[in-house]
Order: sequence, then structure tokens, then C-alpha cells
Amino acid sequence: MTDRTMLKERFVKWVLITFALSSLLFLFLIFVFILAEGLPLFLKVGLKKIIFGFKWAPTKGYFGIFPMIVSSFLVTFGALVIGAPLGLSCAIYLSEYSGKKTKMFLKPALELLAGIPSVVYGFLGVIYIVPLVRNYLGGSGFSLISTSLILGVMILPTIISISFDAITTVPKTYREASAAMGATKWQTIYKVILPSAKSGILASFILGMGRAIGETMAVIMIAGNALKIPTSILDPLRTLTGNIALELAYATGDHRLGLFSTGIVLMVIIMALNYLANFGIKRKPAK
Amino acid sequence: MRVNPRIINQAVRVGLSAQALFTVSILVVIVAIICVKGFPYIDFAFIFSFPEDMGRHGGIFPSIVGTIQLALLSILLATPLGVGTAIFLTEYTRESAFTKLIRFGVESLAGIPSILYGLFGFIFFVIKLKMGWSLLAGVLTLTIMILPTIIRTSEEAIRAVPRQLRIVSYSLSASKWETIKKVVLPAAMPGILTGIMLSIGRAVGETAAVIFTMGSSLRLPLSLMDSGRTMAVHFYILAREGISMEKAYGTALVLVLSILLINVVAYYLMNKAIARYS
Repeated sequence: MTDRTMLKERFVKWVLITFALSSLLFLFLIFVFILAEGLPLFLKVGLKKIIFGFKWAPTKGYFGIFPMIVSSFLVTFGALVIGAPLGLSCAIYLSEYSGKKTKMFLKPALELLAGIPSVVYGFLGVIYIVPLVRNYLGGSGFSLISTSLILGVMILPTIISISFDAITTVPKTYREASAAMGATKWQTIYKVILPSAKSGILASFILGMGRAIGETMAVIMIAGNALKIPTSILDPLRTLTGNIALELAYATGDHRLGLFSTGIVLMVIIMALNYLANFGIKRKPAK
Repeated sequence: MRVNPRIINQAVRVGLSAQALFTVSILVVIVAIICVKGFPYIDFAFIFSFPEDMGRHGGIFPSIVGTIQLALLSILLATPLGVGTAIFLTEYTRESAFTKLIRFGVESLAGIPSILYGLFGFIFFVIKLKMGWSLLAGVLTLTIMILPTIIRTSEEAIRAVPRQLRIVSYSLSASKWETIKKVVLPAAMPGILTGIMLSIGRAVGETAAVIFTMGSSLRLPLSLMDSGRTMAVHFYILAREGISMEKAYGTALVLVLSILLINVVAYYLMNKAIARYS
């Protein structure tokens, strides 16, 4: 190699290292700037009064987000109740039952659900789900159950694709051994495949939770955004994400800082969920 | 009573196919509703004229332009960064603490919900760097948001390129970078393009991260420092503030069809990429 190519090679390598480091830099910036805005309020008002406080009236000095934390978990749990069984069934059907042609059509179609923008989910929720709940179950319709229904659909693609991957990585020999013992297909799935794909399937549920808890636009359109802990599935609620999105555009001073504190709490929850999910994905199925 | 396992087996098969069918029908129903309700309201004028009276009348031209500007500029920034990172991770290092750290960064970015990107973009680009609500702030925020998708898909595509191709290139005395540029990247191109298309789709449909960075001005953004409104943001405002249901459905149709088209192209490219080396 000539000196010139050597020089060029070295230059390229350093450029690429810089590019690779950019992701870390961005992550660092996001952390630092959200923390820098949100932490001072924790110190000023007190961690306990924010996380366990019931009253959110930021212009009067009340920054309690406990109802929103509870609400975020409630809708996420509701979404999981709807999305997890349906998503897992789809994943099993795709990997074990569908023919090659069906799969070629079905898998992309299911992934397209992820492409529908969340504002469109929210809009359709307001037009179709909210009146349905209002007329048949009661309340205003802007409720825990409407939000959970929409979020349940929104997390399907995540659950389907990750559990599908987990199920398809179960070695073929397992299936063959089970079939050789005279087990039916369902017995094989139920007793052999699902247990060995367990950690991946759990990870898909946790990542689905992460998606649901971070979802914003659809939620603020359907949830009703009331500042109380819902006592029934027909009550409106406000999530952490909703709190930020509803007020960020006009908040100033401590009020704005309060939204960043909300962001910190959201960030911590998401990080914990991602950590749990990675734990599930990284444990390889037993050889 | 013990039920014959074969009967259970059949019942499960029926049950599972019904659920898969149900799930696909959700997609079909969503698209059908948007098409049927939106179709009467879109025509040439709707696409190419300016909105009047907050969007109550007229078209959505500025928001279409705003969407294209935002998506293309973000891709323009994120692609070299993302593909470069992928090349570094696959071709220039072995797995080490350093690559683990970078991967941790990428995974973490991928997990951050869009509202936190909005929060960050708002405080960092809009306020601290004094960009104001602007196309530039939106572009920079979305660049960071779509970066993980581009890195992951490019990395997979580059890894799938067979080793033999590289060895042949080296044996012809090509340098490492020449090999990457002339052999590896062209071979990995369909996979890389898949990631780019998926990212464009994500940028087009994004609202939470855009509305707090690019703002929601109804004017046509003519410079990087102008605020603007994407189709998704326009649709959100029309629907949420009840400005016009007709215009909301029309906008939703253009929005959803563009995203579906972009995603279908992405899957086509993905199939091409998979077919190439298997």
C-alpha cells in the first residue's frame, strides 16, 4: 500500500469511530439536558412530594405526579391484558401453523400496524371506541378501558415480532423429538416450544409495556386527561406522557421544570423495563 | 373426562387462525375507514393548495412540503452517521467493551419514547441553542430518533455479506476502505435501504417529537429556521381542536397512504436483501 492509501485508511477509521461515538454523545446529551432541567425541582420540592404527591397544580407549587404514575401503569397493564394473548397467538400461528404463502403476506401486514401513526390510532379511538364505550358501558367514554384497547392494538406488532423470533429460534430437534413421542402439534407447542421460548416471550411483553407506557399522542386524545387516580375502568385518566405533551407548549418557569421532572420519572421507568427485557432476550435458549 | 388430544389440536388451530385473522382485519379496517371517509375530500386542489382559516378550508400543501423536508433532511443526516456506525461495528473492531458501550448507546436511544425526544429537542435545540421552533430543530431531533433503526438494519445487512466477497477483494490488493466502498456496501445496499425507508416512514408519522421542535406554523417553511407543520401534526391539530372533520379525514388518507407505500417499498427491499444471500 502506498502512503497515501495508508493515510486515507487511517482517516476513514477515525471518521467512523467518531460517527459510532455520536450515538453515545446523543444519549449523553438527552440524559444531561432532561436531568439538568428536572432534577433541581426534585431538590427544591422534595422527591416524596413529587412522586407520592397527589396534587398537580404547578402554578401554585404542587407537583404531585403519583396519580399519573399509577395511571400510566394502569393503561399499560390494560394494554398488556389485551395485547399479550392476542399477540402471542399471532406469533404462534405465524411460526407454527401458517403456510409459507400465508406467512409471506401475514407477517408484513401485521408489521404495518406499527407504521400507522399514533395520531391516527387516537383519532379512530375518539371516533369509534369512545362513543362505543359511552353508549354501552357508560361514563364519558374517555376512559381507562378505551385507552387500554387502543394501546393493546398498538403494542401488537412489538409483541408479535419479538415472540415470533423467540419461538422460531427453538431448535428443530425439540419439535422432532416431541413429535416422535407421539405428541400432537399443540402438545408440542404447549409443553416444549413455549417453555423454551419463555424468556423471549416475556421480553416481548415487557417491550410492549415500554411501548405502551411511552405512547403519547393516541393517549392524550382518548384518555380524558383527568388529574385523578381512576377508580373504575370507565374513569378518565392522565398519564406521565400525556402530562408532558399537554402542557409543554405553554409552560414556563417551575411549571416547565415540573414537566421535565415528569420526564425523568418516565425515563427511569422505561430504562428499568428495557433492562428487564434485555435480560430476557440475552439468555439464550438451552442447548 | 379426557378429551382426545387431536380434537384439542384442531380446536387450537382454528382458534389461533381466527385470532391472526382478527388482528390482520384490524389493519384492514383502519385502512378501509381512512380510505372511505377520506377519499371524497381529496383532489388535486387539496394536495396543491394552501390551507385557509386554520385549515378549515383549502388544502394541505405546506404540510406535505414540511413533511418531505423534515423526513429527507433527517435521513440525509442520519444515514451517514448510522451506516458509518454500522461499518465501524462490523468491519473495524472485534466485540469488546468499547463496542458493547456503543451498542448500549444505540439500544438505549431505540428505547426512548418519542415524547422524551420532543422534551429533549425542545430544551436543547429550541431553547438552549436558540433555534426556536424551526425545521432545523425538528430535523436534528428526528435525526437522533431514527439513528438506531438505521444502525441496526445496516449492521444486519453488512453482517449478511459473505466473507468470501471481502477475501476476493483483498486478494485483488484492494484496501479495507476500497473493499467496503466497492464490495461490501453495494452488496448490503437493499438491507441498508430497508432501514432508510422504515426510518422515513417513522419520521412521516411522528407527532410528539415534531410538534415541540418544529412547531406548528401553517406557513411553508422556506428556510431551516422557519417553523412548519408536518401532515401528522396538521392532522392532530385538525382532529383535536375539531377544526374540520372533512379536512382531518383527507389529511389522514394522504398520511396513511404515504406511510403504507413507504413501508411496502421497505418490505420489498427487505425480501430482496434476504433473497440475496440465502
